[in-house]
Amino acid sequence: MSHFSIRCPNCGPRACSEFSYNGEVRPLADPDASEEAEIARLWLRRNVTGLQRERWFHAAGCRRFVTITRDTRTNLIVAQPGEPAGDVAKHA
Amino acid sequence: MSGLFKGRTWWKRTDLKKRYDVVIIGGGGHGCATAYYLAKNFGITNVAVLEKNYIGAGGTGRNTTIIRSNYRTPEGIRFYERSMELFRGLSQELDINMMLSKLGHFTLAHTDSSVRVQRERGETNRLLGVDSRLIGVEEIRELCPELNLSRDVAFPIQAALYHPPGSVLRHDAVVWGYATGAYHRGVELHQGVEVTGIRKDSTGKCVGVETNEGPIDAGVVISAVAGWTTSVCDMAGVRTPITNHPLQAFVTEPVKPMLHKILVSASLHVYVSQTDRGEFLIGSEIEPYTTFNLRSTFTFTQHSSANALDLVPQLARLKIMRQWTGYCDMTPDYSPIMGETGVENFYLDAGWGTWGFKATAVCGETMAQMAATQKTPDLIAPFRLSRFADEQLVPEKAAASVSH
Ligand SMILES: Cc1cc2nc3c(=O)[nH]c(=O)nc-3n(C[C@H](O)[C@H](O)[C@H](O)COP(=O)(O)OP(=O)(O)OC[C@H]3O[C@@H](n4cnc5c(N)ncnc54)[C@H](O)[C@@H]3O)c2cc1C
Ligand SMILES: [Zn+2]
Repeated sequence: MSHFSIRCPNCGPRACSEFSYNGEVRPLADPDASEEAEIARLWLRRNVTGLQRERWFHAAGCRRFVTITRDTRTNLIVAQPGEPAGDVAKHA
Repeated sequence: MSGLFKGRTWWKRTDLKKRYDVVIIGGGGHGCATAYYLAKNFGITNVAVLEKNYIGAGGTGRNTTIIRSNYRTPEGIRFYERSMELFRGLSQELDINMMLSKLGHFTLAHTDSSVRVQRERGETNRLLGVDSRLIGVEEIRELCPELNLSRDVAFPIQAALYHPPGSVLRHDAVVWGYATGAYHRGVELHQGVEVTGIRKDSTGKCVGVETNEGPIDAGVVISAVAGWTTSVCDMAGVRTPITNHPLQAFVTEPVKPMLHKILVSASLHVYVSQTDRGEFLIGSEIEPYTTFNLRSTFTFTQHSSANALDLVPQLARLKIMRQWTGYCDMTPDYSPIMGETGVENFYLDAGWGTWGFKATAVCGETMAQMAATQKTPDLIAPFRLSRFADEQLVPEKAAASVSH
Protein backbone atom coordinates (compact mmCIF):
# COMPACT_ATOMS: atom_id res chain seq x y z
CA MET A 1 0.00 0.00 0.00
CA SER A 2 1.27 3.48 -0.83
CA HIS A 3 1.33 5.90 2.03
CA PHE A 4 -1.16 8.66 1.58
CA SER A 5 -3.21 10.19 4.26
CA ILE A 6 -6.90 10.98 4.20
CA ARG A 7 -8.20 13.94 6.20
CA CYS A 8 -11.21 12.48 7.99
CA PRO A 9 -13.65 15.23 9.04
CA ASN A 10 -14.12 13.46 12.38
CA CYS A 11 -10.68 12.09 13.18
CA GLY A 12 -8.24 14.35 11.34
CA PRO A 13 -5.47 13.20 8.96
CA ARG A 14 -5.05 9.42 9.14
CA ALA A 15 -3.06 6.81 7.17
CA CYS A 16 -5.05 5.36 4.29
CA SER A 17 -4.46 1.89 5.75
CA GLU A 18 -7.04 2.79 8.45
CA PHE A 19 -9.66 3.05 5.71
CA SER A 20 -11.15 0.46 3.43
CA TYR A 21 -11.56 1.33 -0.21
CA ASN A 22 -15.12 1.45 -1.48
CA GLY A 23 -14.43 2.15 -5.14
CA GLU A 24 -15.21 4.90 -7.63
CA VAL A 25 -18.26 7.03 -6.97
CA ARG A 26 -21.22 5.69 -8.93
CA PRO A 27 -24.53 7.28 -9.84
CA LEU A 28 -27.27 6.94 -7.23
CA ALA A 29 -29.95 4.33 -7.74
CA ASP A 30 -32.82 5.68 -9.76
CA PRO A 31 -36.10 3.74 -9.43
CA ASP A 32 -37.20 4.99 -12.85
CA ALA A 33 -33.97 4.05 -14.60
CA SER A 34 -33.99 1.58 -17.48
CA GLU A 35 -32.77 -1.93 -16.80
CA GLU A 36 -29.71 -1.22 -18.94
CA ALA A 37 -28.81 1.84 -16.87
CA GLU A 38 -29.29 -0.11 -13.66
CA ILE A 39 -27.01 -2.94 -14.86
CA ALA A 40 -24.38 -0.37 -15.82
CA ARG A 41 -24.65 1.28 -12.41
CA LEU A 42 -24.27 -2.03 -10.61
CA TRP A 43 -21.51 -3.63 -12.66
CA LEU A 44 -19.68 -1.35 -15.05
CA ARG A 45 -16.74 0.80 -13.97
CA ARG A 46 -14.87 3.71 -15.48
CA ASN A 47 -11.54 2.51 -13.98
CA VAL A 48 -10.06 5.87 -14.78
CA THR A 49 -6.35 6.57 -15.33
CA GLY A 50 -6.21 10.04 -13.79
CA LEU A 51 -8.46 11.94 -11.43
CA GLN A 52 -11.00 9.68 -9.77
CA ARG A 53 -13.79 10.54 -7.36
CA GLU A 54 -13.89 7.68 -4.84
CA ARG A 55 -15.26 6.55 -1.47
CA TRP A 56 -13.34 5.29 1.55
CA PHE A 57 -14.74 3.85 4.79
CA HIS A 58 -12.94 4.81 8.00
CA ALA A 59 -12.99 1.22 9.27
CA ALA A 60 -10.41 1.66 12.04
CA GLY A 61 -11.74 5.07 13.11
CA CYS A 62 -15.13 6.76 13.21
CA ARG A 63 -16.66 4.27 10.73
CA ARG A 64 -18.01 6.94 8.41
CA PHE A 65 -17.70 7.11 4.63
CA VAL A 66 -15.70 9.94 3.09
CA THR A 67 -15.35 11.02 -0.55
CA ILE A 68 -12.05 12.19 -2.05
CA THR A 69 -10.50 12.86 -5.46
CA ARG A 70 -7.27 10.95 -6.12
CA ASP A 71 -4.98 10.83 -9.13
CA THR A 72 -4.72 7.12 -9.86
CA ARG A 73 -1.41 7.65 -11.71
CA THR A 74 0.41 9.14 -8.71
CA ASN A 75 -1.86 8.31 -5.73
CA LEU A 76 -1.80 11.99 -4.78
CA ILE A 77 -5.04 13.25 -3.27
CA VAL A 78 -6.35 16.25 -5.16
CA ALA A 79 -9.43 16.89 -3.03
CA GLN A 80 -9.70 15.79 0.61
CA PRO A 81 -13.14 15.14 2.17
CA GLY A 82 -15.27 18.27 1.99
CA GLU A 83 -13.08 19.97 -0.62
CA PRO A 84 -14.39 20.74 -4.13
CA ALA A 85 -14.23 17.60 -6.30
CA GLY A 86 -11.90 19.09 -8.91
CA ASP A 87 -11.96 18.42 -12.61
CA VAL A 88 -13.22 14.83 -12.65
CA ALA A 89 -15.01 13.26 -15.58
CA LYS A 90 -18.65 12.44 -14.90
CA HIS A 91 -20.15 8.99 -15.09
CA ALA A 92 -21.42 7.89 -18.47
CA MET B 1 32.27 -12.94 -28.99
CA SER B 2 30.44 -9.65 -29.20
CA GLY B 3 29.27 -10.43 -32.71
CA LEU B 4 27.84 -13.77 -31.69
CA PHE B 5 24.31 -12.62 -30.97
CA LYS B 6 24.19 -9.83 -33.52
CA GLY B 7 21.24 -10.11 -35.86
CA ARG B 8 20.22 -13.40 -34.31
CA THR B 9 16.82 -12.27 -33.15
CA TRP B 10 14.09 -14.89 -32.94
CA TRP B 11 11.75 -12.92 -35.13
CA LYS B 12 12.21 -10.11 -37.61
CA ARG B 13 10.00 -7.14 -38.18
CA THR B 14 8.56 -6.52 -41.61
CA ASP B 15 6.61 -3.49 -42.81
CA LEU B 16 3.06 -3.26 -41.57
CA LYS B 17 0.54 -4.35 -44.16
CA LYS B 18 -2.65 -2.43 -44.89
CA ARG B 19 -4.88 -5.35 -43.96
CA TYR B 20 -4.83 -8.53 -41.90
CA ASP B 21 -7.45 -11.21 -41.38
CA VAL B 22 -6.85 -10.95 -37.65
CA VAL B 23 -5.20 -8.16 -35.66
CA ILE B 24 -4.26 -9.05 -32.09
CA ILE B 25 -3.66 -6.16 -29.71
CA GLY B 26 -1.09 -7.05 -27.04
CA GLY B 27 2.05 -9.17 -27.36
CA GLY B 28 1.76 -10.94 -24.03
CA GLY B 29 1.44 -14.69 -23.67
CA HIS B 30 -2.26 -14.59 -24.55
CA GLY B 31 -1.81 -12.56 -27.74
CA CYS B 32 1.13 -14.64 -28.99
CA ALA B 33 -0.60 -17.93 -28.12
CA THR B 34 -3.73 -16.84 -30.00
CA ALA B 35 -1.60 -16.04 -33.04
CA TYR B 36 0.15 -19.41 -32.79
CA TYR B 37 -3.06 -21.47 -32.63
CA LEU B 38 -4.67 -19.42 -35.43
CA ALA B 39 -1.79 -20.51 -37.64
CA LYS B 40 -1.43 -24.05 -36.32
CA ASN B 41 -5.05 -25.13 -35.87
CA PHE B 42 -6.74 -23.10 -38.60
CA GLY B 43 -4.01 -22.25 -41.12
CA ILE B 44 -4.81 -18.56 -40.68
CA THR B 45 -1.49 -16.74 -41.01
CA ASN B 46 -2.41 -13.29 -42.30
CA VAL B 47 -2.25 -12.20 -38.67
CA ALA B 48 -0.44 -9.37 -36.87
CA VAL B 49 0.33 -9.10 -33.17
CA LEU B 50 0.66 -5.40 -32.28
CA GLU B 51 2.64 -4.74 -29.10
CA LYS B 52 3.25 -1.18 -27.96
CA ASN B 53 6.22 -2.13 -25.82
CA TYR B 54 8.19 -5.39 -26.23
CA ILE B 55 6.93 -8.99 -26.31
CA GLY B 56 6.24 -10.05 -22.69
CA ALA B 57 6.40 -6.55 -21.21
CA GLY B 58 3.13 -6.89 -19.31
CA GLY B 59 1.93 -9.39 -16.74
CA THR B 60 3.47 -12.20 -18.79
CA GLY B 61 6.98 -11.18 -17.71
CA ARG B 62 6.05 -10.30 -14.13
CA ASN B 63 4.03 -13.17 -12.75
CA THR B 64 5.05 -15.81 -10.22
CA THR B 65 4.64 -18.59 -12.84
CA ILE B 66 2.27 -20.88 -10.95
CA ILE B 67 -0.04 -23.06 -13.02
CA ARG B 68 -2.78 -25.25 -11.54
CA SER B 69 -6.39 -26.28 -12.14
CA ASN B 70 -7.76 -26.75 -8.60
CA TYR B 71 -10.35 -24.01 -9.02
CA ARG B 72 -13.76 -23.89 -7.37
CA THR B 73 -16.42 -23.84 -10.09
CA PRO B 74 -16.84 -26.60 -12.69
CA GLU B 75 -16.54 -23.92 -15.41
CA GLY B 76 -13.23 -22.70 -14.00
CA ILE B 77 -11.82 -26.17 -13.34
CA ARG B 78 -12.54 -27.42 -16.87
CA PHE B 79 -11.04 -24.34 -18.44
CA TYR B 80 -7.78 -24.27 -16.45
CA GLU B 81 -7.41 -28.07 -16.72
CA ARG B 82 -7.37 -27.77 -20.51
CA SER B 83 -4.54 -25.26 -20.13
CA MET B 84 -2.59 -27.71 -17.94
CA GLU B 85 -2.99 -30.37 -20.64
CA LEU B 86 -1.60 -28.03 -23.28
CA PHE B 87 1.30 -26.88 -21.08
CA ARG B 88 2.43 -30.47 -20.50
CA GLY B 89 3.45 -30.98 -24.12
CA LEU B 90 4.48 -27.43 -24.87
CA SER B 91 8.28 -27.57 -24.44
CA GLN B 92 8.39 -30.31 -27.08
CA GLU B 93 5.85 -28.73 -29.36
CA LEU B 94 7.50 -25.29 -29.38
CA ASP B 95 11.04 -26.60 -29.02
CA ILE B 96 11.99 -24.33 -26.13
CA ASN B 97 12.73 -25.50 -22.61
CA MET B 98 10.00 -24.09 -20.41
CA MET B 99 11.51 -25.77 -17.35
CA LEU B 100 8.16 -27.02 -16.14
CA SER B 101 8.61 -28.26 -12.56
CA LYS B 102 5.75 -30.29 -11.20
CA LEU B 103 6.30 -29.41 -7.55
CA GLY B 104 2.81 -29.93 -6.17
CA HIS B 105 0.68 -27.16 -4.73
CA PHE B 106 -0.60 -26.66 -1.17
CA THR B 107 -3.45 -24.30 -0.33
CA LEU B 108 -3.08 -24.08 3.45
CA ALA B 109 -6.14 -23.80 5.66
CA HIS B 110 -5.76 -22.09 9.04
CA THR B 111 -9.41 -21.74 10.00
CA ASP B 112 -12.50 -23.98 10.10
CA SER B 113 -14.17 -22.06 7.31
CA SER B 114 -11.08 -22.37 5.14
CA VAL B 115 -10.96 -26.14 5.77
CA ARG B 116 -14.57 -26.31 4.57
CA VAL B 117 -13.82 -24.33 1.41
CA GLN B 118 -10.75 -26.43 0.56
CA ARG B 119 -12.72 -29.65 1.09
CA GLU B 120 -15.45 -28.43 -1.25
CA ARG B 121 -12.84 -27.50 -3.86
CA GLY B 122 -11.17 -30.92 -3.56
CA GLU B 123 -14.51 -32.72 -4.06
CA THR B 124 -15.45 -30.68 -7.12
CA ASN B 125 -11.93 -31.04 -8.54
CA ARG B 126 -12.03 -34.83 -8.29
CA LEU B 127 -15.50 -35.04 -9.81
CA LEU B 128 -13.97 -33.42 -12.88
CA GLY B 129 -10.92 -35.68 -12.87
CA VAL B 130 -8.46 -33.22 -11.34
CA ASP B 131 -5.97 -34.64 -8.83
CA SER B 132 -6.71 -32.67 -5.67
CA ARG B 133 -7.62 -33.57 -2.09
CA LEU B 134 -7.76 -32.30 1.46
CA ILE B 135 -4.93 -33.60 3.64
CA GLY B 136 -4.28 -33.33 7.39
CA VAL B 137 -1.27 -32.09 9.31
CA GLU B 138 0.47 -35.49 9.43
CA GLU B 139 0.47 -35.91 5.67
CA ILE B 140 1.52 -32.28 5.23
CA ARG B 141 4.52 -32.93 7.49
CA GLU B 142 5.51 -35.97 5.45
CA LEU B 143 5.23 -34.20 2.10
CA CYS B 144 6.75 -30.90 3.17
CA PRO B 145 8.90 -31.15 6.30
CA GLU B 146 10.19 -27.59 5.74
CA LEU B 147 6.81 -26.10 6.57
CA ASN B 148 6.26 -24.68 10.04
CA LEU B 149 3.43 -26.74 11.55
CA SER B 150 3.91 -25.41 15.07
CA ARG B 151 0.82 -24.60 17.12
CA ASP B 152 2.66 -21.58 18.60
CA VAL B 153 1.79 -19.18 15.80
CA ALA B 154 -1.17 -16.87 15.47
CA PHE B 155 -2.88 -19.08 12.89
CA PRO B 156 -1.70 -22.71 13.08
CA ILE B 157 -2.14 -24.79 9.91
CA GLN B 158 -5.07 -27.21 10.19
CA ALA B 159 -5.19 -28.83 6.77
CA ALA B 160 -4.28 -28.28 3.15
CA LEU B 161 -5.77 -28.75 -0.27
CA TYR B 162 -3.07 -30.78 -2.03
CA HIS B 163 -2.89 -30.53 -5.82
CA PRO B 164 0.05 -32.67 -7.05
CA PRO B 165 -0.02 -31.36 -10.67
CA GLY B 166 0.47 -27.73 -9.52
CA SER B 167 3.63 -26.53 -11.27
CA VAL B 168 5.88 -23.61 -12.04
CA LEU B 169 7.41 -22.94 -15.42
CA ARG B 170 9.45 -20.25 -17.04
CA HIS B 171 7.11 -17.44 -18.06
CA ASP B 172 9.47 -15.79 -20.59
CA ALA B 173 9.96 -19.10 -22.36
CA VAL B 174 6.18 -19.50 -22.72
CA VAL B 175 5.71 -16.19 -24.52
CA TRP B 176 8.91 -16.49 -26.55
CA GLY B 177 7.93 -20.01 -27.56
CA TYR B 178 4.48 -18.98 -28.76
CA ALA B 179 5.88 -15.89 -30.48
CA THR B 180 8.54 -17.80 -32.43
CA GLY B 181 6.10 -20.62 -33.16
CA ALA B 182 3.66 -18.11 -34.63
CA TYR B 183 6.43 -16.27 -36.48
CA HIS B 184 7.72 -19.42 -38.17
CA ARG B 185 4.19 -20.16 -39.38
CA GLY B 186 3.99 -16.74 -41.04
CA VAL B 187 2.42 -14.51 -38.39
CA GLU B 188 3.86 -10.97 -38.03
CA LEU B 189 4.96 -9.62 -34.65
CA HIS B 190 5.24 -5.84 -34.42
CA GLN B 191 6.87 -4.44 -31.31
CA GLY B 192 6.62 -0.71 -30.69
CA VAL B 193 3.23 -0.44 -32.44
CA GLU B 194 0.55 1.02 -30.19
CA VAL B 195 -3.13 0.76 -30.97
CA THR B 196 -4.66 4.20 -30.46
CA GLY B 197 -8.18 3.64 -31.80
CA ILE B 198 -10.70 1.00 -32.84
CA ARG B 199 -12.20 1.71 -36.26
CA LYS B 200 -15.84 0.96 -36.97
CA ASP B 201 -17.98 1.28 -40.09
CA SER B 202 -21.34 3.06 -40.25
CA THR B 203 -23.14 -0.01 -38.89
CA GLY B 204 -20.92 -0.06 -35.80
CA LYS B 205 -18.98 -3.13 -36.93
CA CYS B 206 -15.26 -3.19 -36.10
CA VAL B 207 -13.19 -2.95 -39.29
CA GLY B 208 -9.69 -2.26 -38.02
CA VAL B 209 -7.48 -0.25 -35.73
CA GLU B 210 -5.65 3.07 -35.61
CA THR B 211 -2.01 2.89 -34.59
CA ASN B 212 0.95 5.19 -34.10
CA GLU B 213 2.04 3.92 -37.53
CA GLY B 214 -1.27 4.56 -39.28
CA PRO B 215 -4.58 2.77 -39.79
CA ILE B 216 -4.85 -0.98 -40.39
CA ASP B 217 -7.85 -2.90 -41.72
CA ALA B 218 -8.79 -6.14 -40.04
CA GLY B 219 -11.40 -8.86 -40.41
CA VAL B 220 -11.32 -9.51 -36.67
CA VAL B 221 -9.70 -7.55 -33.85
CA ILE B 222 -8.83 -9.28 -30.57
CA SER B 223 -7.89 -7.26 -27.52
CA ALA B 224 -5.49 -9.27 -25.32
CA VAL B 225 -4.08 -6.45 -23.22
CA ALA B 226 -4.95 -7.60 -19.67
CA GLY B 227 -4.07 -4.60 -17.44
CA TRP B 228 -4.70 -2.15 -20.29
CA THR B 229 -8.16 -3.49 -21.16
CA THR B 230 -10.10 -0.42 -20.04
CA SER B 231 -8.07 1.86 -22.31
CA VAL B 232 -8.66 -0.32 -25.38
CA CYS B 233 -12.33 -0.90 -24.51
CA ASP B 234 -12.80 2.86 -24.14
CA MET B 235 -11.59 3.19 -27.76
CA ALA B 236 -14.23 0.67 -28.84
CA GLY B 237 -17.02 2.11 -26.70
CA VAL B 238 -17.27 -1.12 -24.70
CA ARG B 239 -17.74 -0.94 -20.93
CA THR B 240 -16.64 -3.64 -18.50
CA PRO B 241 -16.62 -4.21 -14.72
CA ILE B 242 -12.79 -4.32 -14.69
CA THR B 243 -10.76 -2.27 -12.21
CA ASN B 244 -6.95 -2.15 -12.01
CA HIS B 245 -5.15 -3.20 -8.87
CA PRO B 246 -1.40 -3.73 -8.85
CA LEU B 247 0.19 -6.90 -7.54
CA GLN B 248 3.73 -7.12 -6.20
CA ALA B 249 6.23 -9.91 -5.70
CA PHE B 250 9.84 -10.27 -4.64
CA VAL B 251 12.68 -12.80 -4.75
CA THR B 252 15.42 -13.53 -2.23
CA GLU B 253 19.03 -14.33 -3.00
CA PRO B 254 19.46 -17.88 -4.37
CA VAL B 255 20.30 -20.77 -2.06
CA LYS B 256 20.47 -24.55 -2.42
CA PRO B 257 17.19 -26.37 -3.15
CA MET B 258 15.28 -26.71 0.08
CA LEU B 259 11.56 -26.20 -0.50
CA HIS B 260 9.95 -28.58 -2.99
CA LYS B 261 6.30 -27.55 -2.81
CA ILE B 262 4.36 -24.43 -3.77
CA LEU B 263 2.85 -23.00 -0.57
CA VAL B 264 -0.17 -20.74 -0.56
CA SER B 265 -1.96 -19.37 2.45
CA ALA B 266 -5.20 -17.49 2.02
CA SER B 267 -5.40 -16.56 5.70
CA LEU B 268 -1.86 -15.16 5.77
CA HIS B 269 -2.24 -13.59 2.31
CA VAL B 270 1.07 -14.94 1.11
CA TYR B 271 2.54 -17.57 -1.18
CA VAL B 272 6.04 -19.00 -1.42
CA SER B 273 7.93 -21.20 -3.83
CA GLN B 274 11.60 -21.83 -4.56
CA THR B 275 12.63 -21.31 -8.18
CA ASP B 276 14.94 -23.60 -10.12
CA ARG B 277 17.63 -20.95 -9.63
CA GLY B 278 17.25 -21.27 -5.86
CA GLU B 279 15.55 -17.95 -5.19
CA PHE B 280 12.52 -17.84 -2.93
CA LEU B 281 9.70 -16.23 -4.83
CA ILE B 282 7.14 -14.56 -2.59
CA GLY B 283 3.87 -12.97 -3.54
CA SER B 284 0.83 -11.67 -1.76
CA GLU B 285 -2.49 -9.90 -2.29
CA ILE B 286 -3.31 -7.13 -4.72
CA GLU B 287 -3.24 -3.56 -3.44
CA PRO B 288 -6.66 -2.85 -1.96
CA TYR B 289 -7.46 0.19 -4.13
CA THR B 290 -7.49 1.01 -7.84
CA THR B 291 -4.26 2.51 -9.10
CA PHE B 292 -2.13 2.68 -12.23
CA ASN B 293 0.98 3.41 -10.20
CA LEU B 294 3.50 0.58 -10.48
CA ARG B 295 5.82 1.65 -7.69
CA SER B 296 6.82 -1.08 -5.24
CA THR B 297 5.96 -0.37 -1.62
CA PHE B 298 7.70 -1.08 1.67
CA THR B 299 4.43 -2.06 3.37
CA PHE B 300 4.22 -4.99 1.00
CA THR B 301 7.81 -6.12 1.68
CA GLN B 302 7.19 -5.87 5.40
CA HIS B 303 3.88 -7.74 5.55
CA SER B 304 4.67 -10.48 3.11
CA SER B 305 8.09 -11.17 4.65
CA ALA B 306 6.52 -11.45 8.10
CA ASN B 307 3.84 -13.83 6.84
CA ALA B 308 6.27 -15.88 4.76
CA LEU B 309 8.41 -16.33 7.89
CA ASP B 310 5.40 -17.74 9.72
CA LEU B 311 5.31 -20.50 7.10
CA VAL B 312 9.05 -21.03 6.53
CA PRO B 313 11.04 -19.47 9.42
CA GLN B 314 14.30 -20.76 7.87
CA LEU B 315 14.12 -17.86 5.40
CA ALA B 316 14.83 -15.30 8.13
CA ARG B 317 18.42 -14.59 7.17
CA LEU B 318 17.96 -14.40 3.40
CA LYS B 319 18.40 -11.07 1.66
CA ILE B 320 15.75 -9.72 -0.68
CA MET B 321 17.14 -9.20 -4.18
CA ARG B 322 14.39 -7.72 -6.32
CA GLN B 323 10.83 -6.52 -5.95
CA TRP B 324 8.44 -5.59 -8.75
CA THR B 325 4.84 -4.79 -9.60
CA GLY B 326 2.39 -5.56 -12.40
CA TYR B 327 -1.11 -4.44 -13.38
CA CYS B 328 -4.00 -6.75 -12.61
CA ASP B 329 -7.33 -6.32 -14.39
CA MET B 330 -9.64 -7.51 -11.63
CA THR B 331 -13.23 -8.69 -12.16
CA PRO B 332 -15.98 -8.88 -9.53
CA ASP B 333 -16.16 -12.70 -9.60
CA TYR B 334 -12.43 -13.44 -10.14
CA SER B 335 -13.18 -15.05 -13.51
CA PRO B 336 -12.05 -13.74 -16.89
CA ILE B 337 -14.08 -11.89 -19.54
CA MET B 338 -13.79 -13.54 -22.94
CA GLY B 339 -15.46 -13.46 -26.32
CA GLU B 340 -18.10 -11.16 -27.75
CA THR B 341 -18.30 -7.53 -26.71
CA GLY B 342 -21.42 -6.20 -28.40
CA VAL B 343 -19.22 -4.68 -31.12
CA GLU B 344 -19.20 -7.05 -34.08
CA ASN B 345 -15.75 -8.52 -34.91
CA PHE B 346 -14.16 -7.05 -31.77
CA TYR B 347 -13.40 -9.77 -29.24
CA LEU B 348 -12.07 -9.57 -25.72
CA ASP B 349 -9.57 -11.71 -23.84
CA ALA B 350 -9.43 -9.90 -20.50
CA GLY B 351 -10.13 -9.96 -16.81
CA TRP B 352 -6.94 -11.87 -16.05
CA GLY B 353 -6.37 -10.25 -12.71
CA THR B 354 -3.83 -12.24 -10.77
CA TRP B 355 -4.65 -15.60 -12.35
CA GLY B 356 -4.06 -15.27 -16.10
CA PHE B 357 -0.63 -16.78 -16.69
CA LYS B 358 -1.90 -20.33 -16.21
CA ALA B 359 -4.59 -19.65 -18.79
CA THR B 360 -2.15 -18.58 -21.52
CA ALA B 361 -2.35 -21.86 -23.45
CA VAL B 362 -6.11 -22.40 -23.29
CA CYS B 363 -6.78 -18.74 -24.10
CA GLY B 364 -4.67 -19.00 -27.21
CA GLU B 365 -6.55 -22.11 -28.27
CA THR B 366 -10.06 -20.82 -27.57
CA MET B 367 -9.58 -17.24 -28.81
CA ALA B 368 -8.09 -18.62 -32.05
CA GLN B 369 -11.15 -20.84 -32.43
CA MET B 370 -13.43 -17.87 -31.72
CA ALA B 371 -11.72 -15.71 -34.36
CA ALA B 372 -11.60 -18.51 -36.94
CA THR B 373 -15.15 -19.79 -36.53
CA GLN B 374 -16.90 -16.61 -35.32
CA LYS B 375 -18.58 -18.82 -32.72
CA THR B 376 -18.01 -18.84 -28.96
CA PRO B 377 -16.28 -22.08 -27.87
CA ASP B 378 -18.17 -23.92 -25.09
CA LEU B 379 -15.19 -23.71 -22.77
CA ILE B 380 -15.31 -19.91 -22.63
CA ALA B 381 -19.07 -19.31 -22.95
CA PRO B 382 -19.46 -18.98 -19.14
CA PHE B 383 -16.95 -16.10 -19.17
CA ARG B 384 -18.91 -13.87 -21.57
CA LEU B 385 -19.13 -10.16 -20.78
CA SER B 386 -22.93 -10.35 -20.70
CA ARG B 387 -22.86 -12.67 -17.66
CA PHE B 388 -22.96 -9.63 -15.38
CA ALA B 389 -26.18 -8.34 -16.92
CA ASP B 390 -27.59 -11.89 -16.74
CA GLU B 391 -26.46 -12.24 -13.09
CA GLN B 392 -24.67 -15.49 -14.01
CA LEU B 393 -21.38 -14.95 -12.30
CA VAL B 394 -18.64 -17.60 -12.08
CA PRO B 395 -17.46 -17.12 -8.50
CA GLU B 396 -13.79 -18.03 -8.14
CA LYS B 397 -12.76 -15.77 -5.29
CA ALA B 398 -12.24 -18.73 -2.97
CA ALA B 399 -9.76 -20.26 -5.43
CA ALA B 400 -8.09 -17.16 -6.85
CA SER B 401 -7.95 -14.48 -4.23
CA VAL B 402 -4.45 -15.24 -3.05
CA SER B 403 -3.03 -13.92 -6.15
CA HIS B 404 -1.47 -16.56 -8.33
C1 LIG C 1 3.21 -10.08 -9.46
C2 LIG C 1 2.26 -10.93 -10.27
C3 LIG C 1 2.17 -12.30 -10.04
C4 LIG C 1 1.31 -13.11 -10.78
N1 LIG C 1 1.32 -14.46 -10.56
C5 LIG C 1 0.56 -15.28 -11.32
C6 LIG C 1 0.66 -16.70 -11.15
O1 LIG C 1 1.44 -17.22 -10.35
N2 LIG C 1 -0.14 -17.49 -11.93
C7 LIG C 1 -1.02 -16.96 -12.84
O2 LIG C 1 -1.73 -17.73 -13.49
N3 LIG C 1 -1.10 -15.61 -13.05
C8 LIG C 1 -0.32 -14.75 -12.31
N4 LIG C 1 -0.39 -13.38 -12.51
C9 LIG C 1 -1.31 -12.83 -13.54
C10 LIG C 1 -0.67 -12.90 -14.94
O3 LIG C 1 0.61 -12.33 -14.92
C11 LIG C 1 -1.50 -12.16 -15.99
O4 LIG C 1 -2.87 -12.41 -15.84
C12 LIG C 1 -1.10 -12.59 -17.40
O5 LIG C 1 0.30 -12.49 -17.54
C13 LIG C 1 -1.78 -11.78 -18.47
O6 LIG C 1 -1.20 -12.11 -19.72
P1 LIG C 1 -1.68 -11.40 -21.04
O7 LIG C 1 -0.92 -11.98 -22.16
O8 LIG C 1 -3.16 -11.43 -21.11
O9 LIG C 1 -1.31 -9.85 -20.81
P2 LIG C 1 0.09 -9.09 -20.67
O10 LIG C 1 1.22 -10.02 -20.51
O11 LIG C 1 -0.08 -8.05 -19.63
O12 LIG C 1 0.24 -8.44 -22.08
C14 LIG C 1 -0.53 -7.34 -22.52
C15 LIG C 1 0.34 -6.56 -23.50
O13 LIG C 1 -0.48 -5.60 -24.17
C16 LIG C 1 0.34 -4.49 -24.48
N5 LIG C 1 -0.54 -3.36 -24.77
C17 LIG C 1 -1.33 -2.69 -23.89
N6 LIG C 1 -2.02 -1.72 -24.52
C18 LIG C 1 -1.66 -1.77 -25.83
C19 LIG C 1 -2.02 -1.00 -26.99
N7 LIG C 1 -2.91 0.01 -26.91
N8 LIG C 1 -1.45 -1.32 -28.17
C20 LIG C 1 -0.54 -2.33 -28.27
N9 LIG C 1 -0.17 -3.08 -27.19
C21 LIG C 1 -0.71 -2.81 -25.99
C22 LIG C 1 1.19 -4.33 -23.22
O14 LIG C 1 2.37 -3.59 -23.48
C23 LIG C 1 1.46 -5.79 -22.83
O15 LIG C 1 2.70 -6.27 -23.30
C24 LIG C 1 0.46 -12.53 -11.76
C25 LIG C 1 0.51 -11.16 -11.99
C26 LIG C 1 1.40 -10.35 -11.28
C27 LIG C 1 1.46 -8.88 -11.56
ZN1 LIG D 1 -12.77 9.03 10.91
